[in-house]
Amino acid sequence: MWKFVVKRLLLSVVILFFVALILYTVMRCIPTSFVDSMARQLSMQPGAKSFDDWKAQLTQVYGLDGTILEGFFKWLSHAARGDFGDSWYYTIPVVEKFKEVIWNSFILGSIAFVLELVIAIPLGILAARKQYSGIDYTVTVVALIGISLPTFFFATLLKYVFSIKLEWLELYGLVSRYYDQLSPLGKMLDMGEHLIMPVATLVIVSIGSLMRYTRTNMLEVMNSDFIRTARAKGLSEKTVINKHAFRNTLIPIVTLVGGSLPGLFAGAMITEQLFQIPGIGYTSYNAMTNGDINFYMFYSVFLALLTLLSTLIADILYAVVDPRVRIS
Amino acid sequence: MDQNEKKLPAENQQVALDDERRVKVLSPGALVAKRFFRNRLAMVGLIILVAMFLFSFVGGLISPYGESQVFEGYDMLLQDYASVTQSTDYRFTEIEEGTLSSSAKTQFLLAASKNESTFEADGTTYSLIKEGEKTYTVGIGQPVVEVATLLGKYTYTDKAGVLNDQLKADFEAALAEDRQSFTSGGTEYMIQSAAKFHTICQVEPVALATRYMMEAASEDFAISYDFRLEALRAMENGEPSFELDGTTYTLEGKEGEAEVMTGGETVAYISSYVIQPVENGVTIDQELKAMILEAVENGQTEFVYTTADGDQEFKVERKDTQFSIRKESLTKLIKVYEYPSMEHWLGTDANGMDILTRLMYGGRISLLIGFVVILIEVVIGVVLGGLAGYFGKWVDNLIMRTVDVFNCIPTWPILIIIGSIMDAQRIDPTARIYMMMLVLGILGWPGVARMVRGQILSLREQEFMVAAEATGLSVSRRIFRHLVPNVIPQLIVICTMGLGGIILTESTMSFLGLGVKFPYASWGNIIQSVSNVYVMTNYWFVWIPAGFMILITVLGFNFVGDGLRDAFDPKMKR
Repeated sequence: MWKFVVKRLLLSVVILFFVALILYTVMRCIPTSFVDSMARQLSMQPGAKSFDDWKAQLTQVYGLDGTILEGFFKWLSHAARGDFGDSWYYTIPVVEKFKEVIWNSFILGSIAFVLELVIAIPLGILAARKQYSGIDYTVTVVALIGISLPTFFFATLLKYVFSIKLEWLELYGLVSRYYDQLSPLGKMLDMGEHLIMPVATLVIVSIGSLMRYTRTNMLEVMNSDFIRTARAKGLSEKTVINKHAFRNTLIPIVTLVGGSLPGLFAGAMITEQLFQIPGIGYTSYNAMTNGDINFYMFYSVFLALLTLLSTLIADILYAVVDPRVRIS
Repeated sequence: MDQNEKKLPAENQQVALDDERRVKVLSPGALVAKRFFRNRLAMVGLIILVAMFLFSFVGGLISPYGESQVFEGYDMLLQDYASVTQSTDYRFTEIEEGTLSSSAKTQFLLAASKNESTFEADGTTYSLIKEGEKTYTVGIGQPVVEVATLLGKYTYTDKAGVLNDQLKADFEAALAEDRQSFTSGGTEYMIQSAAKFHTICQVEPVALATRYMMEAASEDFAISYDFRLEALRAMENGEPSFELDGTTYTLEGKEGEAEVMTGGETVAYISSYVIQPVENGVTIDQELKAMILEAVENGQTEFVYTTADGDQEFKVERKDTQFSIRKESLTKLIKVYEYPSMEHWLGTDANGMDILTRLMYGGRISLLIGFVVILIEVVIGVVLGGLAGYFGKWVDNLIMRTVDVFNCIPTWPILIIIGSIMDAQRIDPTARIYMMMLVLGILGWPGVARMVRGQILSLREQEFMVAAEATGLSVSRRIFRHLVPNVIPQLIVICTMGLGGIILTESTMSFLGLGVKFPYASWGNIIQSVSNVYVMTNYWFVWIPAGFMILITVLGFNFVGDGLRDAFDPKMKR
């Protein structure tokens, strides 16, 4: 078991190295980099140094001189020590900005995730129990609609209905204008109110796959021999479903849920951007659309790390939850 | 009888139990098709997809409008017709064309503003004769008398025979008062001084400078210099009439405005306002001008001018010292955000283009991008996945680790950074679409490769592969003719579902402004207009149809993909 974990960890490090190398290369292949335009902007200010001076200075500051490999190892040696440089767009260290905003993303992600679990798993099981029923068809169709909904369209529809037509919720932001004057409880309620639409968007858009996953697995379990045996023994349907079927369905679900945990930190870029929630997704979107290379590198590597962590957790959990896997 | 005989054999036909015809044998393909067509959701999906394809690919051909055709219409719009300003500039009328150079005119303006009576330009001394508050006569001096001063005594040398005592007295008075010009006996003189010598010059008028506007009432009446001078003199001095060449003209009007009349007929207008039409080539006739002036004078905000064509309503707006005359006129407009109508079933967008037609072309691009991207993914995925699955060992290891690496590369940051770079480079919209296809394809293949490898790993252990090897088939033939075809069902399912996903990604990119760009339409960039809250609030028809298009198309792909999966693999079904 430990050998397996250590092996996977080492492999992850190697993969991360190559991912970072590819990301860095993509960034370096950009014809006129951000440095050029930034130098141009700076040199246009009255009384500024010439374009070439600025360019040389910026190139040196950002370590863009030298070959790609040189630059990459320079970047890597800094990054390994947790120094991802200054954000070009926010002009503060990337890591600092990250610490500032990551919890907003985490709160948004976790609320949505918990809601998803609470809604999707019971519905998926219900659909599997009553296969081919009206409920089953409804769940399937709703799940597929959720998968097919473009996030930006659904978010806009929500805004249109609840903010513009009904005027119940605010269009943008995480807090309202008078946030600072509110009591602690009021602050929480205020933030909660602002989170309603983003959370609803995230839940509806991503609930479908979990619902279908639960349903498929439950059906598989329901069709297996031990359920037939349990029924043949004369156990009540309740016991069969709750004790025998559901527990076995949990194996893949726990794996999936465990694997999704790192994703809570990834930030929902589109949703955050549409509702202007100052989370990591919104922050990095703004930075990246402005060509902030340092932020791009940091966020990409961070996401790659989360993906690796997800697969690792899923694999380990699978072994933990299902003893049969451990033996083989 | 005949009929019965014909019928009988069929009815009495005996079918033995082991008769071939009793057992309906369906080919595997037909079985799949049967299962697929029985699935209601899959059928709904198929109908949606067929409708969408027709809409996108045939619709564009049927639609009478082009992808980026801009619609224009005419509407009554209040437009600036003329502007009225109080005249502050001097206008020059020369006796002989070109006597007054432009530098002389400039010097004149300086002198007039400083209230001086002479000015010099191009080596000539000019004299200003003030006719009134707004009118000057500009003249050149002709030396007539030379005067030498000696011990307070003046010695006159007459050159033109104009010298008389009156002139002498006036000259001495002017000199005593240090004036440079004086009038004597109705003639203007000016004094040029050099130390103790003075020259008295008779002023010969060359031009008239005035801030009044004077215009002839009709084209038949040419305004002569003398007429202008006399009329303006009369105007400045407030005289009700003047005489010229034996004709008596009368001036009628209020302060600053006058009509010059003779024999009950108006021949010219004098006004202190300048009326200028806003558009070139428009002439404002005198009657209208008079009405405009009247309206301006009386502070009216609107007036009606009646012509043969009917009444025209004008509005007068004042801004500081400027008045603008506005008129309702037929104007060419781009039909922006027009509500749905018979011509435009879904209205028009921000650029005045037909939304329904844009949706058709947008669907074309979205679907095409989807297919090309899937094709790239499948080609890379099948080749690499097939090699990995078949060879195993280090080849498998290498390819699967590459898959892991690609799987870890976050899609959105790459897409955004490439999009923003392409923005900065101002990449051509067509090239952008190709670039997008390539990037999405390169980022998307690992899923396909993984699936293909997994399938092939299990397939290659089966007997038919042993048989294939035993018959001595080449490796590439074994992989791509025997293994890969067995993966095709799963491949089709993964592609159908993947198409939906790619359309979602593409529309999201276009929505964010990173994907398909104007002038090309895409469902995503049609919805982009909602980033303007005003559009989102007031023009639902711009973005809601496009959103539903995406939703329904992706849903169609998912329904069909789901149905196909169930049809290919009945064990997995529900």
